[in-house]
Amino acid sequence: MRAADALMEALKAEGVEHVFGIPGGANLPTYDALYDAELTHIQARHEQGAGHMAEGYAKASGRVGVAMATSGPGATNLVTAIADAIMDSVPTVFVTGQVRTDLLGTDGFQEADVNGITMPIVKHSFMVQDPRYIPDYIHAAFHIASTGRPGPVLVDIPQDLSRAEIEYEPITETPNLPGYKPSTEGNIKQIRLAAKALANAARPVIYAGGGVINANASDELRELATADNFPVTTTVMGLGGFPAPHEQWLGMLGMHGTRTANYAMDNADLIVAIGARFDDRITGKLSEFAPRAKFVHVDIDPAEISKNVPAHIPIVGDAKQVLPKLTKEYRALQADRSRLDGWWEQLHAWQQEYPLTYERSETGEIKPQAMIEAMYKATDGDAIITSDVGQHQMWAAQYYHFKEPRRWINSGGLGTMGFGLPSAIGAKVARPDDTVLCLAGDGSLIMNVQEFATAVRHEIPIKVFLMNNGYFGMVRQWQELFWDGRYSSVEMGPSPDWVKLADAFGAKGMRVEEQGEIEGAMRDALAAEGPVLLDVRVSPEENCYPMIPAGAAARDMVG
Amino acid sequence: MEAGTPDLIKLEDLDAAAGRLTGRKHVLSILVENRPGVLARIAGLFSRRGFNIDTLAVGPTEDPDISRITLTLDGAVHPIDQVTKQLHKLVNVLKIRDMEPNETIAREMALFKVSAPVESRQEIMQFAEIFRATIVDVSRRSLTIELTGSSDKLEAFERMIRPHGLIEMVRTGEVAIARTKSDS
Repeated sequence: MRAADALMEALKAEGVEHVFGIPGGANLPTYDALYDAELTHIQARHEQGAGHMAEGYAKASGRVGVAMATSGPGATNLVTAIADAIMDSVPTVFVTGQVRTDLLGTDGFQEADVNGITMPIVKHSFMVQDPRYIPDYIHAAFHIASTGRPGPVLVDIPQDLSRAEIEYEPITETPNLPGYKPSTEGNIKQIRLAAKALANAARPVIYAGGGVINANASDELRELATADNFPVTTTVMGLGGFPAPHEQWLGMLGMHGTRTANYAMDNADLIVAIGARFDDRITGKLSEFAPRAKFVHVDIDPAEISKNVPAHIPIVGDAKQVLPKLTKEYRALQADRSRLDGWWEQLHAWQQEYPLTYERSETGEIKPQAMIEAMYKATDGDAIITSDVGQHQMWAAQYYHFKEPRRWINSGGLGTMGFGLPSAIGAKVARPDDTVLCLAGDGSLIMNVQEFATAVRHEIPIKVFLMNNGYFGMVRQWQELFWDGRYSSVEMGPSPDWVKLADAFGAKGMRVEEQGEIEGAMRDALAAEGPVLLDVRVSPEENCYPMIPAGAAARDMVG
Repeated sequence: MEAGTPDLIKLEDLDAAAGRLTGRKHVLSILVENRPGVLARIAGLFSRRGFNIDTLAVGPTEDPDISRITLTLDGAVHPIDQVTKQLHKLVNVLKIRDMEPNETIAREMALFKVSAPVESRQEIMQFAEIFRATIVDVSRRSLTIELTGSSDKLEAFERMIRPHGLIEMVRTGEVAIARTKSDS
C-alpha cells in the first residue's frame, strides 16, 4: 500500500472523521490519498485557520483535532495554532508535508525545518525517515496528543516517503513509548492528606482550571464542591467546568475576575487547585498571591506542580480519577459543615458589595456588556461560544454565565487574536446540532476573516457576533489607564463595511446600532440560514472592569 | 492516618518542599532514546526555560538504542525538581537520575596546552606529576597535558599552571556513575 494511503487508514483507525487543511506541493500524495479516503476534508483558506479549526473541533468534542498543511509556508502558517494548542493543552495532530529526502537541508523550494521550528511548542513531534513507520507514528501521535496533559503533536512527512510502498497492517495495541507514562490515579496517601486539610480549613477555595474540562471532570468537581459548602472559582479556561448559576460559584478569578473570587483567594487558608497552573493572569504579583493559604495542587502534569506556587500537598493525577477519591475521603471525615458559615458570610458580603456591574446606557448606545447579556438571552445561555481575544473575550467570560463544559472555546494561554472564527467552524463541524456562535472583536476578526469563505463553501452555519468598537479595545484600555492616554496605533480607522464584506463572502451580513433592537437582531441572526455576521456597534471607549493591574496584588483590584 | 478517622491535621504544619534551591552542584544522568533530535530537544528545553547547563557530555551506553546525557547545573540558581520534571515531559527521555554526591564517582578529562619554555618546564612537569597528569605532546615551546579527575581537581590544576601561560584548554564535561553498594 502507498504510505499516504496507509496514513489515511491509520487516521480512520483512530476514529478520525474530519480533517482541516490545505494542499500544496509537498503533501500532494497525502491529498491524493484523501481523494479516495472516507474522511471529510474541510478546506481552509489559510493554514492558521485550519489549525484553529482543529482546535475548536477538539475543544468542543474532546476528540483529537487534525490539521494538514504542505511544507515551508504551509507548515509555518500552522505555527501559531500549534503554539496555541500547547498553551491551552488542546489534543491536536498536525500532519505536514516536507520536501523530498534528497532535498532536505539544501534550502529546497518550500523547505522549512518545521520540526525544528515547532520543537519548543509541541508536546512531541515525529520526523518521518522511514515510510514504514508512518502508521506507527500516527498512532503514537494520537496517543500522546490525547492522553496525560493533552497537546499538539506534529508528524512531518517528506513527499517521496509518502509515495513509497509499504506493508500496512492495522494496529490495535497501544503504542509502546517507554519514556511516556502519564500517572493518572493520584497517590491515595496524598489524597487522604488533602481531605484532612480540607476538613480542617476554615476559609477554603476550590480553584479549577481548564484541566477539569480536558478531563471531563465537571460532574466530579461538583460532587467535591457539594460534599461540603466549598466555594468554587475557575480560570477563564475552566469556565463551564462548574455551573455559573450554582450558589457556590464565586465567578471567574484573575485579572478580570470578580472581586469576590479574587478576595476569596487573597483571604483563603486553603486553596485546592485542580487542573490549573497559577498563570500570571491569575496570581498577579506572585509574592503577594494568596498570602494566607496552603495549597493542594491536583494536576496531570507534574511539572505544573510547584512551578509558580509551591504546593503543600501535590497530587499528580487525572482530575476524573482523583476528585471522586478526594470526595469519598472527605465525606468519610464527616467534617462540620457549619465551620464554613463565617466564611460564607464574608463571601456573601463581598458578592453584595461588589457585583459585576456597569453603567447602563441611557442614549440607546449599545454597551458591550449589554451585548453579552443580550447574547445570553437570545441563546438561552445554551450556545457554544467561541471567542477572539481582548475586551469582548473578558466581558463574555464575565457576563455569559456558562452552565456546562465545552461551551466556551477561547484562546486563553497564547491569547491569539483571530482564533474565534476558525475555531467556531471547527466546533460546528464537531457538534452540528448545537448553536455555535463566534463572539469576535473588530481587531481580531479581520486577522482570519478569510475563513468566512470556508464556512460558506462547506455550508457550516456559524453565527459571528462582532463587538465593533473601532479599536484594539484592550490595548486602548491599557494605554488609557497606564500609558497616559497616548493612543498609539489602536484606532482601527476605516474598517471594511462588515455587512458588505459578509455579503461578498456569500454569507449574510446584518447590523445593529440601537440597544432596543439588539436582542431581536440576534434572534434574527440565529434563525437565519447559513453563516451570518452581525455587526454590533458598541460604545467605543468602554473599559473592562474590574481588573488587577499588571504586577499588582488581587486585593488591589481597580474599577 | 487512615481514612474516616477524625484526626485532623493543622494547616500551619503543612510545608511545601518543592521549588527550593539546594545551593550545590547537581549531576543529572539522563538516559534517552537514541533518536535524531533528542539533544536538540533537551538543549532547547534548557534555553527556553532559562536553565543554564554548566557541562554536558553525551555518549552511547551498553544498549545501542539508548544514549546517556550527563549534565551538571547549579542548584543555587535552578530548582532542580522543576528541571527534572520538565525533562521528564520529553517523550524521548527515559530516566533521569540526580546523582547523590556521596554515592557517585564523577570524572572529567581535560587537555591543557601550556606555554613551557626551558626555564619553567621543570616546574610544570612537577605539577603534572603531583596531579598524576600525563604529558601527551611536547614541543620546544609548549607541553600538552592530559588530566582526568573530578572537576575540582581539574580546576585546581588549571589554577597552578595558568600563571605559566595557558594557551588552550579543552574539557569534556563530567560523566558520572553510581558507586556499587557494598555487598555486606
